[in-house]
Amino acid sequence: MFDFLDLDRYDLFGAFWTTVQLTVLSGIGSLIWGTILAAMRVSPVPIMRAFGTVYVHVFRNTPLTLIIVACSQLLAYTLGMTMWADFGTQSLSFRLAVLGFVLYTSTFVCEALRSGINTVPVGQAEAARALGLSFTQVLTLIVLPQAFRAVVAPLANVLIALTKNTTVAAAIGVAEAALLMRDMIEQEAQLVPIAILFAFGFIVLTLPTGLFLGWVAKRAAVKR
Amino acid sequence: MSEVPLAKEAADAAPPAEDLVVLDKVNKHFGALHVLQDINLTIKRGEVVVVIGPSGSGKSTLCRAINRLETIDDGSITIDGRPLPEEGRELARLRADVGMVFQSFNLFPHRTVLDNVALGPIKVRGQDKSLARTRAQALLDRVGVGNQAGKYPAQLSGGQQQRVAIARALAMEPKVMLFDEPTSALDPEMINEVLEVMQQLAREGMTMVVVTHEMGFARSAANRVVFMADGRIVEEADPHQFFDNPRSDRAKDFLSKILAH
Repeated sequence: MFDFLDLDRYDLFGAFWTTVQLTVLSGIGSLIWGTILAAMRVSPVPIMRAFGTVYVHVFRNTPLTLIIVACSQLLAYTLGMTMWADFGTQSLSFRLAVLGFVLYTSTFVCEALRSGINTVPVGQAEAARALGLSFTQVLTLIVLPQAFRAVVAPLANVLIALTKNTTVAAAIGVAEAALLMRDMIEQEAQLVPIAILFAFGFIVLTLPTGLFLGWVAKRAAVKR
Repeated sequence: MSEVPLAKEAADAAPPAEDLVVLDKVNKHFGALHVLQDINLTIKRGEVVVVIGPSGSGKSTLCRAINRLETIDDGSITIDGRPLPEEGRELARLRADVGMVFQSFNLFPHRTVLDNVALGPIKVRGQDKSLARTRAQALLDRVGVGNQAGKYPAQLSGGQQQRVAIARALAMEPKVMLFDEPTSALDPEMINEVLEVMQQLAREGMTMVVVTHEMGFARSAANRVVFMADGRIVEEADPHQFFDNPRSDRAKDFLSKILAH
């Protein structure tokens, strides 16, 4: 049944490795940018709050494919951004894809984190302020550490969604799993087995992530 | 131009050093509710002022206004000769000098008891970490929870948590301590261990503003009792005079209700 699977001809592991790289890099970027966005949305400075709110609504509601294609067409080809990738188009489109995923996924990280911030009792911030801590210190030392512990499970959802969303990178020619799948379906006329193979590949990636982060969520929960 | 008004002006501009906290015609509204109405209150250095009154009388709001956890609409609050700053670093610096103990303890649940106490000195005062931890341990010993230093707040009883909270405030070496109903969330058997720590502080000369329902504490530790009702200070008196011989009808009514049982 799986005799179409010629690993010399199709770089299956290479393709999934690209998927993993896309996921990990975009995940780290989204976590950082999403945290900054969440900090903006709860900050006392009106212009920061406004920026955070507008950004989240714009990027969360734009289709991911559109963002990825826009990164490719607008930034790279129209504006000539090279993302410091002067070695081949593969590397450039990879970087553009990561940028697109970060722009998009960070909005979900931000909103998950914001709901986590709401689980931290008001008294926590008050006690921290009463000690004389600054806004940034209150946020980074007291509120965010507790908020993160509350949202490990929702963040796991975001990460799993991101893993599967990386297939959109095929639209701008990043050689990840979905692009290889399209190629194989065209060449082999074995639609169902190939689809099962790739679905299985993604389960292998996401299932341990979900189980591991579920365990972390339990361990990290704040005991009040 | 006589010299008398000049002298008076000078006195107004720079209050004598023994007046640590001065509230002058402070007003605050929560929507339509006028929670603080023309509050004038002066707290001298080393003085223990106990604020009592029925629920909703504005006593917690008054306490929280002193370190600007509640903003005020008009009037002025001065601490150690300096007006309360609006926001930002200046306000943070002032809050570092004003210790606060809350009804619900508000210890940081993701940090150990020792870290809770050492956090302020390290992050706000820039104190050396090992020195801050040593001092934190000494403070925990002093309030009687030294053997709990490595635990997390959730592992402690309410009374122990509140004593840690007092140690956390003391670690900043505050000029004045604010207590916002510190024993109201405690089981009856744990109230005394917290009150004893507060009694000890009072004896050591700490300036304290205590909002409480503990009349025994007010009687024994207070230099002055402030009775509030409906957003106003109705009566201010020496505790013995207040409890044995209240002047206002409102205070008589309040005391008859709480002392009847």
